[in-house]
Amino acid sequence: MTEALLEVCDLVKYFPVTRGVLRGKQIGTVKAVDGLSFTIQPGETFAIVGESGCGKTTLANLILSLMPPTRGDILLRGQPISRLSPEALMLYRKSVTAVFQDPYGALNPRMRIGDIVTEPMAIHGYPRHTRQQRLQEVLRAVGLSAESAQRFPHEFSGGQRQRIGIARALALQPPLVILDEPVSSLDVSIRSQILNLLKDLQAERGISYLLISHDLATVEHMSDWIGVMYLGKLVEIGHAKAVCSQPRHPYTATLVAAATPPGRTPPWTLPIVGEVPHGLDIPSGCAFHPRCPYAQPTCRTLTPALSTVAAQRQVACHLYTNATSADTWPPPLPPAAA
Amino acid sequence: MLPDAQYANNTPLLAVRDLRTHIFTRRGVVKAVNGVSFQVRAGETLGLVGESGSGKTMTCLSILRLLPRGARIVSGEILWQGTNLAAVSAATVERVRGKQIGMVLQNALAALDPVFTIGTQVGEPLVMHQNMSWRAALRRVVELLRMVKVVAPELRVHSYPHELSGGMRQRVSSAAAIGCAPALLIADEPTTALDVTTQRQYLDLLLELQQATGMAIMFVTHDISLVGNMCDQLAVFYGGLLVEYGPRQQVLSQPSHPYTAALLQSIPQLGEPRDRLPSIAGEPPDLGRLPAGCPFHPRCDAALDGCRTGEPPPVFTLAQGRQVRCWLREHEHDRSAAGSL
Repeated sequence: MTEALLEVCDLVKYFPVTRGVLRGKQIGTVKAVDGLSFTIQPGETFAIVGESGCGKTTLANLILSLMPPTRGDILLRGQPISRLSPEALMLYRKSVTAVFQDPYGALNPRMRIGDIVTEPMAIHGYPRHTRQQRLQEVLRAVGLSAESAQRFPHEFSGGQRQRIGIARALALQPPLVILDEPVSSLDVSIRSQILNLLKDLQAERGISYLLISHDLATVEHMSDWIGVMYLGKLVEIGHAKAVCSQPRHPYTATLVAAATPPGRTPPWTLPIVGEVPHGLDIPSGCAFHPRCPYAQPTCRTLTPALSTVAAQRQVACHLYTNATSADTWPPPLPPAAA
Repeated sequence: MLPDAQYANNTPLLAVRDLRTHIFTRRGVVKAVNGVSFQVRAGETLGLVGESGSGKTMTCLSILRLLPRGARIVSGEILWQGTNLAAVSAATVERVRGKQIGMVLQNALAALDPVFTIGTQVGEPLVMHQNMSWRAALRRVVELLRMVKVVAPELRVHSYPHELSGGMRQRVSSAAAIGCAPALLIADEPTTALDVTTQRQYLDLLLELQQATGMAIMFVTHDISLVGNMCDQLAVFYGGLLVEYGPRQQVLSQPSHPYTAALLQSIPQLGEPRDRLPSIAGEPPDLGRLPAGCPFHPRCDAALDGCRTGEPPPVFTLAQGRQVRCWLREHEHDRSAAGSL
């Protein structure tokens, strides 16, 4: 097995919620990311799927080392970033770049495209002629003309701006690019262009993607692996196509059912109950239990750990703690709920 | 003369005929709605699908006469139960809006006033349009909140919008919209701001409300995959035109306009993995600078010379009451059916 490109080990990020004039009194904690572990292999796409407020963006910020984790670590090619010297951390930041959701907010309106794309290279001390050479190369790679470098962001449409954002992310030739909802703010008829571009760039350059999205159909199309997140925890990890065709966690099943095109039967239909709770008020035990038709008394008290239930599939659910129930899929509803 | 019952069945609730709404700006005229015709029958659901800037929201705002400054209905008719809403006074429209036609907006947080309680906001149309006393209105609000499945409605009446979750706010604004039992509910991207699982719950609720009240719904969305199992008729907008209109199943399974076909192809579908998505080249047009001829021709693989010049293609009526604005369908045009709308 090849060495993992990026390894996330029991990563935790808590945000204190404070009150009072001097913000001295802590009234609670938002567990935005609560013990995540997964690995990204070179050249592969790992997708994080979840609804708003589940901690997807906090995870991206942690991996971009824009904030320190409360606990846990991130390893790039085996090197833990918590122990890196400031110089080595600069090198790490060069290896992990990002494309953001909103192509309007992500580009400085007062800078020319050429300066936007070359700024990361200037920060990392690339000589001028390398920067110019690389600029031409990445603009061509994302399908923009060389003259675009002289223009300003407002002269471009949403789809073109997202191409500029991709060019900027590629300029440092990173092995890993984080794609935070890369198409959700684009027009529907533009989305497939950008998705195809991202796939082509991956095939040409062998880069890995961490794709963050709430749209399961896009994720299935783009990814090798899927991690499903619910309120700061991963509840299921597996091969993208397998997870979408045979979800094992009830929450994954509701996501798959909601994304199943009309006229098709979802692989596992179960009723959707209630809404995602607020991050300040996460239910005890399994966080999904108030919305889960399979909830048993243990689910209210004991948090299920992510464990391997089938080949290449990890699920955090008490349905699978006694091995027998893993054989019948989808699991039969408990008599009380049915 | 037709008997009354049959007459009621055949006359559409709302008939929009060749509606043109333009926005007059300093930089020129933006043809936001450029000749749109459709109809909604009682109890029917019409899906309006299009990308941002395709004219679908301006069509809805024209019907409700809530157009922003600078925008004006330049021609066409909006027949609401026989009255042309495009031509009557503002006071007449006010009697229809909120009472006979309800509206749910995309962003429920922005649609609700933060300084008034839920009870006040849902109750206001009842007091305004139905001359209810506030006491009676608040009792009715509790019933309405129960209808839209808000938990503990007696307590929620006294809540403020910020105390509710996104899904709950959208339910509350729907309760306000259906309070006066409108014959038509216009829902403009009601689920776009909601989470995936909440989205599905809300759509189910809309269908349930429709079954309970018999109201017609105009459902506006940019997401064609969302309308798949809830609309009777589908209207596809592009560049200010209604490019395709017809029964939902036919439009989705055999799209007759190249834009509809290409759009359906380009969307990833769960459970149908493909290596590469067929994509539509280019970008949607700027309504202030529409190309000559068909607005889709610069992106259309099948465009002919005739598509690139002159006026946009006219409406061709096909079998099963389908309508399409594409020269490729001219030979299928059914002259005998053309007058029906």
